Amino acid sequence: MVDFGGWEMPQQYSSIRDEHFAVRKAAGLFDVSHMGRFRIAGDPSFDFLQRTVTNDLGPLVHGQAQYNLMLNESGGIIDDLVVYRGSEGFFVVVNASNREGDLDWLREHAPSGVEIEDRTFELGLIAYQGPRAEELLPAEGLHDLPYFGFRGGDVAGIHALISRTGYTGEDGFELFIDSDRVGEVWDAILERGRSAGVLPAGLGARDATRLEAALRLWGNDMDQTTNPYEAGLGWTVKLGKGEFIGREALQKIKAEGPRRMLVGLKTGSGDIARHGAEVRASGRPVGHVTSGTHSFFLGHPIALAMVEAASLRVGDTAAVEVRGREAQAEVVKLPFYRGSARSGTSTAKA
Amino acid sequence: MADRRYTKTHEWITVDGKTATIGITDFAQSQLGDVVFLELPTIGRKIGAREGFGVVESVKAASDLYSPVAGRITEVNEKLSSKPELINSDPYGEGWILKLELAGDLPTDLLDEGEYKKVTEASAQ
Repeated sequence: MVDFGGWEMPQQYSSIRDEHFAVRKAAGLFDVSHMGRFRIAGDPSFDFLQRTVTNDLGPLVHGQAQYNLMLNESGGIIDDLVVYRGSEGFFVVVNASNREGDLDWLREHAPSGVEIEDRTFELGLIAYQGPRAEELLPAEGLHDLPYFGFRGGDVAGIHALISRTGYTGEDGFELFIDSDRVGEVWDAILERGRSAGVLPAGLGARDATRLEAALRLWGNDMDQTTNPYEAGLGWTVKLGKGEFIGREALQKIKAEGPRRMLVGLKTGSGDIARHGAEVRASGRPVGHVTSGTHSFFLGHPIALAMVEAASLRVGDTAAVEVRGREAQAEVVKLPFYRGSARSGTSTAKA
Repeated sequence: MADRRYTKTHEWITVDGKTATIGITDFAQSQLGDVVFLELPTIGRKIGAREGFGVVESVKAASDLYSPVAGRITEVNEKLSSKPELINSDPYGEGWILKLELAGDLPTDLLDEGEYKKVTEASAQ
């Protein structure tokens, strides 16, 4: 068990390798109840959220979710979050390590009439991820649920909010279930999937799969000193939607061009570049690794690095520090792996 | 074969005549998680007691390996280069790391099973 944002969580249930392959080949079940979950309701909540996040909530219909960033005034990323629009208001899911800070920020900026309720401890959250997740989930009629869509339904006979979202690059579902029933659903999913090779998956497999899919991790790949363009998340920023916190700073950054960029690196066997390792191009330091691991699925180590804009291009060779020496790294296209996630049907990215 | 003994840095050693076999403990492998790579020394190299001789890379971190005893390396486990996961699946058997020809006496600070258990219980807190 390791401490993760104040939650005690398993690095692995059996083996990171086996859990990782289960997610890529069949499905893996993650307990992500540590993520912060807030209900935001009241008449002004649409206008309030629209002014607080970067993406345009305007086109979101009830039953649709959207990936978003919350910025400070200088355009730095306070957190990344998913905003769900329901018939009775909004629901947001934030990073565990930022739950309290986000709550303070939201409450500080909320006008009267907006209610913000922390539901983290009443609702469990589990993620069932993999190319066979839909087929193997003990639930009916999910085929027409679009990517980033959600609805209420029964899973193993227990009421859940079923959302077609995730953090692995695979198709799959995140299930919000009352905390006192979530254990039953967990057991039922594993029971149903066992013969197909489904495994419970821990933080190790979660980190490896999200990194292969090049999904950014707040605190590693971005933080309050990183702007969305540097993090390669410009697609979540809708400058034309009207005023929002950080917009003015982003207009300037966009006009001048971002100074840094996130790139993908591939290294040779055993050369795992860790968070903080220096990256050099033509002998000159250009940045640092933000996340790195060994990809069991791809068979070599991979890393994300924040480097000076235009210092490296796909196909270039860079040098990266591994165990106190320089190792060779190839700059590769992101994501490292494109899984079964149905991003083609996504309206969230539109 | 003599009894297995341990170090505070989570290596194990067994001694058979003048030959010592060294690996990392079951506790160490469980803490490291899946091992993906080992950086190991060349045969013939002389190492001192408590000297670093290599690195084990797991998904989580890179950790230095220390020799419990002084000696000359006579063998490294070649299987680990293609199957580093043997460290996880069989740390005291097929996951052995290297063999040494002992130089001098065994250090007095090696731990027996009971003493090592106390070390792991303390660090598991």
